[in-house]
Amino acid sequence: MGEPGTVREHHDHHELGFIRKYIFSVDHKVIGLQFLFTGLIFFALGGLFAMAIRYQLAWPWEKMPVIGSVLFPNTGQAITPEFYTMLFTMHGTIMIFFVIIPLLTGAFGNYLIPLQIGAPDMAFPKLNMFGYWAMVPAIACVFMAFLSPGGGPAAGWTAYPPLSTLKDAAPGSLSGQTWWLMALTWVGVSSMMGAVNYVTTIVKMRAPGMTMFRMPLTIWGLFIAAVLQLFALPVLTAASIMQLMDRVLDTGFFTPTNLVVNQVNSEMAGAGAGGQPLLWQHLFWFYSHPAVYIMVLPAMGMVSDILSVHCRKPVFGYRPMVYSMSAIAGLGFIVWGHHMFMSGMNPVLGTTFMLATIMIALPSAIKVFNWLGTIWGSRIQLTTPMLNALGFVAMFIIGGLSGLWMAAAPVDIYIHDTYIVVAHFHYVVFGGSVFGIFAAIYHWFPKMFGRMMNETLGKIHFVGSFIFTNGVFYMMHQLGMAGLMRRTADPYAYEAYAHLQPLNQFITISAFCLFVWQIFFVGNFFYSMFWGKRVGRNPWRANSLEWDAPSPPGHGNFDNELTVYRGAYEYSSPESEEDYLPQTSKNA
Amino acid sequence: MRLLTTVLMIALTIFGVWSFIDHETFLFGPNPDDYAWWWPKELSSIGEGVDGLFYFISLLILIAFVGTMGALAWFIWKYSARRGDKAVFSHGSHKLEMIWTSVPAVLLVVIAVTQMQSWAEIKYPGAFQDEEGNPLPAFAEIWANQFNWMFRYPGEDGQFGTADDIESQYDMVVPMGDTLPKGKGVKGGQKLVFHLRTKDVLHSFFVPNLRIKQDAVPGMTIPIWFQVEPDEFDEVFGDEEDKSMDIICTELCGWGHYKMAGRLRVLPDAEFEQWMKDQVEAKYSSN
Repeated sequence: MGEPGTVREHHDHHELGFIRKYIFSVDHKVIGLQFLFTGLIFFALGGLFAMAIRYQLAWPWEKMPVIGSVLFPNTGQAITPEFYTMLFTMHGTIMIFFVIIPLLTGAFGNYLIPLQIGAPDMAFPKLNMFGYWAMVPAIACVFMAFLSPGGGPAAGWTAYPPLSTLKDAAPGSLSGQTWWLMALTWVGVSSMMGAVNYVTTIVKMRAPGMTMFRMPLTIWGLFIAAVLQLFALPVLTAASIMQLMDRVLDTGFFTPTNLVVNQVNSEMAGAGAGGQPLLWQHLFWFYSHPAVYIMVLPAMGMVSDILSVHCRKPVFGYRPMVYSMSAIAGLGFIVWGHHMFMSGMNPVLGTTFMLATIMIALPSAIKVFNWLGTIWGSRIQLTTPMLNALGFVAMFIIGGLSGLWMAAAPVDIYIHDTYIVVAHFHYVVFGGSVFGIFAAIYHWFPKMFGRMMNETLGKIHFVGSFIFTNGVFYMMHQLGMAGLMRRTADPYAYEAYAHLQPLNQFITISAFCLFVWQIFFVGNFFYSMFWGKRVGRNPWRANSLEWDAPSPPGHGNFDNELTVYRGAYEYSSPESEEDYLPQTSKNA
Repeated sequence: MRLLTTVLMIALTIFGVWSFIDHETFLFGPNPDDYAWWWPKELSSIGEGVDGLFYFISLLILIAFVGTMGALAWFIWKYSARRGDKAVFSHGSHKLEMIWTSVPAVLLVVIAVTQMQSWAEIKYPGAFQDEEGNPLPAFAEIWANQFNWMFRYPGEDGQFGTADDIESQYDMVVPMGDTLPKGKGVKGGQKLVFHLRTKDVLHSFFVPNLRIKQDAVPGMTIPIWFQVEPDEFDEVFGDEEDKSMDIICTELCGWGHYKMAGRLRVLPDAEFEQWMKDQVEAKYSSN
């Protein structure tokens, strides 16, 4: 590898054919865009599943108008309870493993890491290509899961055994769960390849002068998320292979002795025995809680950068930002038990998890204060990326604060597995990460395609999305306050919840509006790709290195030698006449 | 856009505060139902502690929410109007960082410490022992399976799994403990311990009014307890004819998860005795 910066010399330009250039590409930018398009397509699919869920909750068991006869010809044109469990299982699985993680780490990780640290490509370009192509078997498996005979996986995205391991427990789910587990393993392979690459590239391939503490916070967010994946993913992979063996080879990791499922003794039916269901929960959350931070840290980093650029002001407290992200990652490994307060885990252990969980609110609070500090005294440009970044901050405030209720174990007794939890994590993952992703797409689109996205359409998209997002998810708090449990196909089976139907209908209509409103984004995206206003290298007048490269950057990224002289946030510096000062500019 | 963005942020703040302080009439007007869009009234001995903690945390959340959202809206309004001159060139403030790290840290420690006692009282092994440290006997077993609740009482011999066990599907019936003496600081009622078990997959036993929730795990016998306070019970139910409460399964247990319901009936001690006698009679007459 040699000294940082020397790797740039041995790339030589030669034209590649279409297939090598756009399909089996080793160029990090193309791979990033492949992840971007794949993620956005799955976003639409996961969104459709959400719409079906919302329809059922507003008008349970009722015929679906128009499309009902096509989708459910054999079940009276309505959703069945079996299908409903598959819907929310697949909604969660797709949104987490095929949308948010691939978009944040796959798309933006790939696209931005080499560009922002001044490297010509990733450290291991072929491994990087493999990282994307490992998503193909994952996608194949997840479709097989949904389309396999008897129906898809129906144990929730958390796949708690024995519901997930015993075939008799979920009739219909014959091989769906098995395909689901294989899909998860392949997604893990993909993420692992990416994480190895990101860490190596960031540590070894920074341009001369780019010290760790001159890196943009986007890179810090992606770096910390990659480290989290490296440590947490092997556990999930091992656990899903164990569950796979429980299903396929009748081992007994998670299946206890003497179960009677559907009037069949599971051991007599050949299933394994002697296992412990709580073991899966521990292993699963040991990955999946850090995964929550994998799903938000890169967005936090990108939003910090976007706020700084469009506020024309340095990030407030750069180092505290880095330290708080590191603290979130570190504490993130010792809080998984808060998903298990009610699980039957030793309650004394619950106390330690409760303490750690409450303390993780601290670095999150520090980040919010620093974002507010960044906006204070700034010169805000209310561009579309900025609006979405502000949306991120507002929603993260709500999602972060509601987490405090759940961290408090006695309060969690009431709240656990109710819609308050659903509201909470959608505020963080939809309100937070998705608005962060929107901000990032609007912000880096000119770099990706050399054209601006339409600002008017972007603003229309933001305002509607912001209103409808709150219409959907804020009101879910109210459902949860009334004690409504999640994953229920028909809340009104309980008399006590009958009065919640108008509220659920309100949420459903908001959700439909939110879904339809995304037309403004999709239309804007494709229109701007071809007919957007052409821009030069640095349309936002930003400091970080990617804006030094052509838009879009060619093979090898940069057409000049780079030396970094300063951090990425010298906006409105008195040393410079302009209100920005690129990292590569030697003299002010 | 400046006005619109500010208004959006202020509207969200007002919306949030409104949902807290006026939760019974929030948005769609008053709802006569007890549940409304809020926690149903509690009537158990731990309810006050849990609810108190909820309101304490809610208060802190509300202050932080209004503070941060207010600052956000104000900054958007103020600093997006800036034209011409440059933004403030500041990389941060050590003093501010120290303040907004240490103040929340103290508050979070307070939250953490205040709830430890309550958690221990509800779930720790000590909650299932009498004053001498002997384990309290189980009043009944709660059995979950796809998609039913079954309640098993030990019968005359006090042993589970014997021929004289009384089983009740769907209906969980317990005595109020109203004939027990109320002592100093004791509001009355009877502390009842139950053993929660499942025959097949995971389930979760949830009674909203009692603020009690516990997963049932195959292969494990998990003790739970509650103590209905007679005074609060009367306050909640008054003269209503149906004085029963929902039992809800809150852990995904398969396709029928949504309909896995039960009813909890708390009877005055005398009526409970009679109910139990009727059960015994029914058992032997049907044999």
